[in-house]
Amino acid sequence: MNSTNPPVKSMASPGHEHSHEAPISVHDMTVAYDKRPVLWDVDLDIPEGKLVGIIGPNGAGKSTFIKAIQNLVPRVSGSIQFYGKPLEEQRHLLGYVPQRESVDWDFPVNALDVVLMGRYRKVGWFRRIGKNHREAALAALDQLGMAGFAKRQISQLSGGQQQRVFLARALAQEARIYLMDEPLAGVDMATEETIFGILQGLRNEGKTVLVVHHDLQTVRRYFDHLILLNMRVVAHGPTSTVFHDENLRKTYGGKLTLLSEAADALAKRP
Amino acid sequence: MPWRNGREVFVMEWDALFRILFLQDHNTRVVVLGTFVLGVAAGLAGSLLLLRKRALLSDTLAHASLPGVGLMYLLLVGSGQSGRQLLALLGGAVVACVAAVITINLLKQTTRLKEDALLSMVLSVYFGLGVVVLGIITRNHPEQSAGLQKFLYGSTAALISSDAWLLVGVAAGIIVLAACFWKEFQLLLFDSGFAASEGYPVQRLDLLVMLMVVLVTVCGMQAVGLILVVALLVIPPVAARFWSEDFLAMQWIAALIGGVSCALGTLISGVLPNMPAGAVIVLTAALLFFLSMILGIKRGILLREWNAFNLRRKTEHHHALRAIYELLERQSSEGFIDLEELRRSRSWSAHNLKRTLRRAVNLGLVEWSAQGIRLSPTGREEARKLVRSHRLWELYLITYADVAPSHVDRSADDIEHVLDPQLVALLEEKLQAQDSREVVPKSPHSTTLPEVGGSA
Repeated sequence: MNSTNPPVKSMASPGHEHSHEAPISVHDMTVAYDKRPVLWDVDLDIPEGKLVGIIGPNGAGKSTFIKAIQNLVPRVSGSIQFYGKPLEEQRHLLGYVPQRESVDWDFPVNALDVVLMGRYRKVGWFRRIGKNHREAALAALDQLGMAGFAKRQISQLSGGQQQRVFLARALAQEARIYLMDEPLAGVDMATEETIFGILQGLRNEGKTVLVVHHDLQTVRRYFDHLILLNMRVVAHGPTSTVFHDENLRKTYGGKLTLLSEAADALAKRP
Repeated sequence: MPWRNGREVFVMEWDALFRILFLQDHNTRVVVLGTFVLGVAAGLAGSLLLLRKRALLSDTLAHASLPGVGLMYLLLVGSGQSGRQLLALLGGAVVACVAAVITINLLKQTTRLKEDALLSMVLSVYFGLGVVVLGIITRNHPEQSAGLQKFLYGSTAALISSDAWLLVGVAAGIIVLAACFWKEFQLLLFDSGFAASEGYPVQRLDLLVMLMVVLVTVCGMQAVGLILVVALLVIPPVAARFWSEDFLAMQWIAALIGGVSCALGTLISGVLPNMPAGAVIVLTAALLFFLSMILGIKRGILLREWNAFNLRRKTEHHHALRAIYELLERQSSEGFIDLEELRRSRSWSAHNLKRTLRRAVNLGLVEWSAQGIRLSPTGREEARKLVRSHRLWELYLITYADVAPSHVDRSADDIEHVLDPQLVALLEEKLQAQDSREVVPKSPHSTTLPEVGGSA
């Protein structure tokens, strides 16, 4: 890729060559909703076997980033590769935890049913759910300390328990790359510790875990690697090198209004 | 009509009633079977639609199908064929439904109007168009207008066997789809984002759900008419929700309610002359909904009231035991308490307190004699646990939630009855309370009161 005249490029990797070993490599990705750009020209590689935090203010495009690399929202431009291959060939490697608020928790299913959904692709169309899949789902619930709640209707669970169920479903997917949208939002301390323990466990097994996160206080303790996002990649790299005041000011400060004003202008264009 | 005496009329009607109710006629049998299967299919497709949160769409589709039927009729007659070909007319209805869905989606994309406004608009415009087409047909072919009117209000009785078999065929197809794809539908309806991330063709699955709804709507027009068909799709699933918290169970209960409503409604309208089947079917479904709302074993009103009553009774019971325990604690002896003293400790009405105490006596927790009231050994054990969880919670509130000690009693009152042993254990851990589970912590707001054991 020619990098003599790059547009807004990621600061930590100017003119950067993409690796075929990277679990996720994002090439010049731009995403827009209704003509309004929400992510500009993201270009980076995610390193393997790391716990990667994605941080940034509200509306910075954190969720959009997680969705766009899975083709859940349309991209204006750019391409994504997982271990050097396109999504269609590698989907079985991905596990996904959507935002808890994105579903109706009054839906008529119990906790085990939700976790079993993580096995449906393995079960296959038209097939019955076998005993092995039930056992895998129960084991995933057990890992999160939720085995006693398997038959509990999901509306009867607390917010933290619902979040655990979502994480158990992702574990049941048995993926190599995990994409998690705010798995620690609105949970109690005990749940946060449990979930963080699970995330560390996954990382220690060599899995790559991307986590959208909102609490700056815990960033240093939780993540090996960081992506600071505010409509573009402000910085990315090991937490120890990129998590400092100047980058945080760039990410959260008001200096980036130009980008969002440009986005507004684009959105209003007839 | 020849003269008949009353007795003969009665015999005739009894005979007719018997023939209908016991399905003596081949035709009655086929029609009842047809509407039953239609109701089953409607319950299944309606459940999916309801959980997709698009119940209103079925009403729009039903109304939008009218111009399709009318235009197809004109097309058939114009090309020299008979206009009375059910399959072709229903095909026209399907085309109109699809056109309505496309209209809605196009308008949504281009104008960003809200969906409810679009649905209402498309409903009335398509229906208006349909009425105009019917007007043209009535003018040019007055002898046919009655036949097409039945699409508006339905006419189960006029179903001929071949029509009924068509209904059965289409409905059976829907039942097979619902049975084959339940996992995928469940995933789509609960979490479409996750389904998409797993590589499921969510848009095509969504279209399949819509197609099932369209087919039920179009077939349902024959039985209940396009104005009322929405009831068949919506009422059975909402009724089923009172009976089950399980996706599959809810779907099949809805199917049963739908099937029974249709079959029963058809029979009733057969027995009562001049009673339009569609309306009777809808009213039967409404009756089943009403019964479900009251009796439903998962979300019914009776169940909810019963649970609320039990909680109130349990709360009173707990309060009484705790009050006795605390009074005894203050007396620092194993003596008796006076009823009046107990009543004043918590501003109970005498009637309520006596009722609560009599229950506790029956349970063997309290002994109530002329000397006064005291706890039995098991009652003492029970009361000790209650006081313990109450005080643990109070301590927690004071320590972690910064609630003033003087206010903590009331807040603890509400929560202690729903504390399960797991939570109590967690509280103990948090507070690192006494190492023995038998020990009751001191009341944190009783600084002026004597302590346990009477040391003050």
